[in-house]
Order: sequence, then C-alpha cells, then structure tokens
Amino acid sequence: MNKWEDNKAWFLVLPVFIIVAFSAIIPLMTVVNYSIQDIFGPGERVFVGVEWFREVLSDSRLHEALLKQFLFSGLVLLIEIPLGIIIALMMPKKGWSASLSLVLIALPLLIPWNVIGTIWIVFTRPDIGLLGATINGMGIPFDHTSSPMQAWITLMLMEVWHWTPLVALLAYAGLRAIPEAYFQAAKIDGASSWAVFKYIQLPKMRGVLTIALLLRFMDSFLIYAEPFVLTGGGPGNSTTFLSIYLVKIAVGQFDLGPAAAFSLIYFLIILLLSWLFYQVLQNVGKGEA
Amino acid sequence: MNLEWMAWTLPTAIFFTTIVCILIAMTIWQVISPCIKRRGFIPLSTTRGDRLFIGLLSSAYIHLAWLGLTPFSIWIAFGFSLAWMVVVMRWG
Repeated sequence: MNKWEDNKAWFLVLPVFIIVAFSAIIPLMTVVNYSIQDIFGPGERVFVGVEWFREVLSDSRLHEALLKQFLFSGLVLLIEIPLGIIIALMMPKKGWSASLSLVLIALPLLIPWNVIGTIWIVFTRPDIGLLGATINGMGIPFDHTSSPMQAWITLMLMEVWHWTPLVALLAYAGLRAIPEAYFQAAKIDGASSWAVFKYIQLPKMRGVLTIALLLRFMDSFLIYAEPFVLTGGGPGNSTTFLSIYLVKIAVGQFDLGPAAAFSLIYFLIILLLSWLFYQVLQNVGKGEA
Repeated sequence: MNLEWMAWTLPTAIFFTTIVCILIAMTIWQVISPCIKRRGFIPLSTTRGDRLFIGLLSSAYIHLAWLGLTPFSIWIAFGFSLAWMVVVMRWG
C-alpha cells in the first residue's frame, strides 16, 4: 500500500471540515468583520477600526460581568466537585440498586436547560413554590426576584442540582475502575476509610476528576439559558453574567459592532482557558503540569 | 454568491488571508522538514504548530492589553506582537 492510498482516509473527515467551516469559521469571520465597523443596516456600515474594542474593554459592566462569571464558576466548582465525590462514594457498588441509583442520579442531566430554569421558577416562587413557600412559611423572607443574594443562592442551588450528577457519574466510573487488589492490600494493612480514600481512591480518580473539572468550568463559564429564564440577569444586574450581557448588547440594544468585539474577547478568554485546561489534562500524572 | 452579509473589509480580508497563508506555509514546512517536540523557555514540550498557536493567542492578548491599558496606536502593539512571535517560534 503506497502513501497516497494511506492518505485517502483524510477524505473521510472532509464532511466534518465542511460542517465546521459553515457552522464556526464563517460566522467567526463575520464577527471579526462586524467588530471593526458600525453597522446601521444591510449595506450601510462605517469602518471604525479598533474603536469598539477600546469601548468594550473600558466598559465597567463588562468587568463586573467577568468578575461575577469567575466567582460563579469558582463557587459552583467548590460545591459540585466535593459533593459529586461524596455521592459517588455513597452509591451502591453492584446489584439492581446500583443500576437504579445510576438512572435516578442521571435524571437532571436529561432535562433541557431552559426547562430547568422554568422548573426552578415554579419551585422557588415565594407564594406557591414548594421551596419558596416553605422557606417563607418558616418565617424567613425569601424572594429571589428582589434580593440579589437570594437570586445568587437560587442560581447556585439550581446549577448544583443540575450538574453535580455529572461529576458524581464520572467519579463513580473512576471508582469502579480501581482494581479490587488495592482495597484488599489496604485491608491487610489495616488502613482506615480516610486513608483508603486519600491514598487509593482520590489519586486513582485524578483523571476523571480533571475531566469533570474541565467540563464543569467551561460549561458554567458559558452559562446562559438557566439564569436568563430564572432571573433574567436580575435583580438589577446582580446575575448578569457575560453571556447575558452579550445578548443584551447584541439583541436588546442591537449594537452589533460592540457585541462583535465583546464576542471576540469572550472567545479569546474561553480559548485561553480551554488551552490551559487541555494542557493540564494532557499532563495529569506526568508531573509536568 | 453574495457575501455582503459578511460585511467584508480590506483589513479583515488581509488578516484572514495572512492566517491562511501561515497555515499553508506551516503545512509545507512540516512536509519538507517534519518537526519533533522540544522544550524552550515555554514550560512545555511543544511542536512548531503549538508554538504558532501560543504565539498567535498571546499576540491577541498583547493587542487587547494594549487597547485596554494605553491610548496609543495599535500598530505599536502589532510591532511588539511580531517580535514576540519570532521569539516564541525560535526559542519557545
């Protein structure tokens, strides 16, 4: 078989290249084009250079949204990762109860994101919602539509409820992959449960936990549908994250130039973070990261 | 095909053409002289393509930092970025 015949396999990935070109590269090129022009309408545009970038970079609301985005992602990870590990450790190891618990725990992952927001609107309504009315019934005033702190707590609860199962499932898969011989050796040595977790289970789960960390960070950093449905970015701007603010500029104000510049900055942040996480993921266990 | 909706301008056309030319040149370079991973001042083992990516991404951040922190012309940042690209590709 000669080299040319070997290379024919590249044609099999051609459809993917074409799809990516149409769905990602051409829109990205358009965004770059928009980011340096003032768009008034079809065929009506003025070249403004890097003006929109200067404007967006000096926008204090963008700085606030970025800070809130990092804070939200950080808090979500601080809760979801340990909670997911605890749930995975508590899940049954074999038998029908293991299968049942896997199905039950995966249920929140199957619900569409906008439906999650709607469910939580109803669930947390101060007058009729199960959670909201219960908290109010206990004498604690609760209304996430008027209190920024309560809006954040509600969003965090929703995010944790929605996505901790993913961490739990990944951690569970990692735990199940550990050979039984490790636990037998630990038992012979008289190791405590904590020692087993610290020296066997946690190091062996490092790979899957890194993947969980990556997925959850990127996903929470791009969050849009759930807070948009639940709080609409409010009260005030307290839950206006980057994606919500971007949509407000692009769709609400129809400022396509600044929105395009904002999108490119957002894209560069995501690109840098993805690359950094990818490097960490690649070097897990090699001692390079 | 009408590409009016893409709102092309001469600077963005030059920008994307340059990127495509760089990618083609890198491919030809790779075919003629395949590179092996090496370690420079960047604390990672990198290929030529890795260093190009790191150089381009960091150049984008140099431009953003320049625009966000100084009132001076973007061309100065462009000059710094070119120098930085050479440093990364040669010693990175």
